[in-house]
Amino acid sequence: MTAQNLTTVEVRMLRAESRKRALQDSWTLWKRNPVTIAGTLIILSLILIAMVAPWLATHDPFDQILADRLFPPSLDYWFGTDNLGRDIYSRVIHGSRLTLMIAFVVALISGPIGLVVGVLSGYLGGMVDEVLMRLSDIFLAFPKLILAIAFAAALEPGLTNAIIAISIANWPSYARLVRAETLAVRNSDYIDAVRILGAGHLRIMIYHLTPMCLSTLIVRVSLDMGTIILIAAGLGFLGLGAQPPAPEWGLMVSDGRNYLVDQWWVSTIPGIAILVVVLGFNLVGDGLRDILDPHQRQS
Amino acid sequence: MTETVPSLIPKSEPIDYSSTNNESQPLLTIRDLRVHFYTLRGTVYALEGVNLDVQKEETMGIVGETGCGKSITARAVLRLIDPPGKIVSGTVEFDGQELLNLHPKEMRRIRGKRISMIMQEPRMSLNPVIRVGNQVAETLLIHESDLSPSAARKKAEEMLQSVGIPDAGKMSKRYPHELSGGMAQRVMIAMMLVTRPKLLIADEPTSALDVTIQAQIIDLMNDLVHELQSSVMMISHDLGVVAETCDRVAVMYAGSVVEQGRVEDVLHNPRHPYTKGLLRTLPDNASENEDLYSIKGNVPSLFMPQQQCRFAPRCEFSQERCFQEIPGSYQVGNNHSAACFLHENGI
Amino acid sequence: MPAYLLKRLISLIFTIAGIAVVTFFISLVVPLDPLAAIAGPQAPQETVERLRVLYGFDQPLYVQFGHYVSRLSEGNLGMSFQTGRPVLDDIIQFFPATLELATIALIISIVSGITLGVFSAVYRNSWIDHFARVFSLIGVSMPVFWLGLVLMLIFYFKLDWLPEPGRLDIMLIEPERVTGFLLMDSLIAQDWEVFYDALMHLILPGSVLGLFGLAGIARIVRSSMLDVLSQEYVKTARIKGLAEHLVIVRHALRNALVPTVTVIGLTYGGLLEGSVLTETIFSWPGLGRYLTTAFLTLDLNAIVGGTMLVAMSYSLVNLVVDLLYAYLNPKISLDGEGSLS
Repeated sequence: MTAQNLTTVEVRMLRAESRKRALQDSWTLWKRNPVTIAGTLIILSLILIAMVAPWLATHDPFDQILADRLFPPSLDYWFGTDNLGRDIYSRVIHGSRLTLMIAFVVALISGPIGLVVGVLSGYLGGMVDEVLMRLSDIFLAFPKLILAIAFAAALEPGLTNAIIAISIANWPSYARLVRAETLAVRNSDYIDAVRILGAGHLRIMIYHLTPMCLSTLIVRVSLDMGTIILIAAGLGFLGLGAQPPAPEWGLMVSDGRNYLVDQWWVSTIPGIAILVVVLGFNLVGDGLRDILDPHQRQS
Repeated sequence: MTETVPSLIPKSEPIDYSSTNNESQPLLTIRDLRVHFYTLRGTVYALEGVNLDVQKEETMGIVGETGCGKSITARAVLRLIDPPGKIVSGTVEFDGQELLNLHPKEMRRIRGKRISMIMQEPRMSLNPVIRVGNQVAETLLIHESDLSPSAARKKAEEMLQSVGIPDAGKMSKRYPHELSGGMAQRVMIAMMLVTRPKLLIADEPTSALDVTIQAQIIDLMNDLVHELQSSVMMISHDLGVVAETCDRVAVMYAGSVVEQGRVEDVLHNPRHPYTKGLLRTLPDNASENEDLYSIKGNVPSLFMPQQQCRFAPRCEFSQERCFQEIPGSYQVGNNHSAACFLHENGI
Repeated sequence: MPAYLLKRLISLIFTIAGIAVVTFFISLVVPLDPLAAIAGPQAPQETVERLRVLYGFDQPLYVQFGHYVSRLSEGNLGMSFQTGRPVLDDIIQFFPATLELATIALIISIVSGITLGVFSAVYRNSWIDHFARVFSLIGVSMPVFWLGLVLMLIFYFKLDWLPEPGRLDIMLIEPERVTGFLLMDSLIAQDWEVFYDALMHLILPGSVLGLFGLAGIARIVRSSMLDVLSQEYVKTARIKGLAEHLVIVRHALRNALVPTVTVIGLTYGGLLEGSVLTETIFSWPGLGRYLTTAFLTLDLNAIVGGTMLVAMSYSLVNLVVDLLYAYLNPKISLDGEGSLS
């Protein structure tokens, strides 16, 4: 039985089979790595907590009870209270919503910009490519955090501007990635065939190149989630992100700085929240790299 | 066909490999070697009881299709099976010494010093960031502790000269990517023979090279080996190379040796149905108007332990029994054996 | 070699020009009137107007940009509103402290990152591997500003093992400034007390920053080691009878370090970035803290000058990394003539 004797149906079945196998392998690798499982659980719980935050919180996160300020963790206040007598546990729980929101909105802004710039640059080439890539080179010349801080400071501190600032710092690396992918696909027989069938440039870019680049981009964006959250928290800490009284974790760490020595919980607990969430994203990202790495498949 | 079989041979029992027999002790004796790979998709039963001898000063060929276990056998001799593979059982006796239960430190003293190996892709087998002269010298430095680095380098240069590398002094300072494939394979040969090993394993040493260079490399290897009075285990899928260079040959199929004997016997008078099929696939054996022959069916999956003759599903002579039992190895001539029930009676 | 270098230098000049444009743009989008900040809220309108003319803010944009470029080309970064000194002087004063901190952190990152990465790869999928990976991932997931606070709480406030924030004990006198690196200057002056004290002050911020850079290095070392360990030439080394630890160090690691150099360069850039937050926490008198203060007070010239300097050193590091990469990898000839087979 040689390849020539196979009917189209058989070929299709074989392909479906191999795709199924690849998926099964991914699943096996996923299951086998306790580190990745831990990361997945963290992210799922974060999403869950954010969804049901009002029911999990024991207090109003904005409610200031000055008589109860700087209380240590207790049965009443699980994580203690801050300098304005607000319940830290409830603020951390509500903060999960802000954190998730920032990460997703940044991804939703910078991902598509990177996609459009990358596809245009890679497909059209020539002057368009030169200009767009020079532009992204210039942005890449700045460390991300510094660029984000610069724009956040310049745009007037606030949550919206922090999101814009992080997105500005983020899109160039996505554009680079998508461009490389587009270049690889552009010269393939497949695109040639579509062109011979009479497809226009716009059609090729939207229906044929974009879907090809999408999976790589999505993987990359999900790998970046941890960094995005860290930058957002850093901006909050410096007072350039979310503004008081928002229960943003970075801002909360900063609030507790002055009480560090005697009331450690005010700063420490929101910091642990940041650490756990970012770790979750990074654990999954690390596992994802492994699963996508062909070397791992052999064993 | 019957006339080639000496009538003296009675109905033979399967060869009992456990008894230490006859005249000269072979240099290398492999018995019932089993290697399994524990992969994501299950266990691969790659070697299922390999039996093989290499005599002193002989060139033993191992032939078979890709994936039949030739290279794994070679690596198992050096105990260099990469995970997830594992040597499960068997014995490998080299020069009167059992290798499989040797302390790792002892084993390292054997590698490169008494057993060496040349691989298929010479340029991939040399370290890209180390000058080739130093790579040859390293083999010496590992095994001769009283040698100074400069003396080793000098000896390496001499060795490079003797494998036919022109201007060895200058060439030894080159990096592997600056050499041609043929030159790189000469460097490999120098690196592996500089310690005068007793056994050289050559894993398809010429199949990655230009046709024009292949003969040169084979000749060079043969000359050096004769000079050193070493044995060679020559792994190849090229029956031509084997016919030309080897004294004896073993044919492997799906993880075991199916036929073994002197080259002229095996190639001119094949006894195992697989060997017969293999020889028929050669272009020069096909008559003018005949299409190229190919053995029907596919190589069996190695995901199952061997419980039958693994060739039976493709074999035109297979009987019910072939699907139920593993055939032993039967004497079919002087120093010639085949693992097939057809020859249970010595025919 | 020269052709390649020239090409890289030309593209560096382009990038620097771009950086100047972006920083100018940043200074434009500032909605607040920086003049009000300098002159103070009570200043009469007249004073503000005079300042506006003085700083050239009354001119049209392209003229401002022209001035800005010609000023930059003379190396004049303008005056800092907060210190009242030329920004260039400020930078010269503060930058060495940042470099010293980032260098110590980089050394910590490299040494621990390579160690973790090698062990991870060699004992892949064992508990050693899992531990090394989780450890380095925790390192990169830690908010630097928070880790700084926690470590300071433990090692300074509670245990009192390490000195207070800052670069040097206030009772000690800085040695004569030669390089601007306290460790070097104190060595030159043979002032051991200062050397020891400066080293102690470096431990906490250096580790915090080093931990931040560790993960990237550990990850690339692990994956390139895994790649290299499956190569034929590593098998060759084993066939030669080389002991496993020598196979790893001599044959595998050397090859695995080639891609690692790139990541080390990126890490150095990342450390410059991380220094902004670390210096703020540890009151480290470096460029990072200078920049943060500048951002918070909208000290425009300082923002522009500081950001430009960071971006330029970031680009310069990348250039050095590329050259080093080419040097380490004999397959890449710097003339671009070498075969990549």
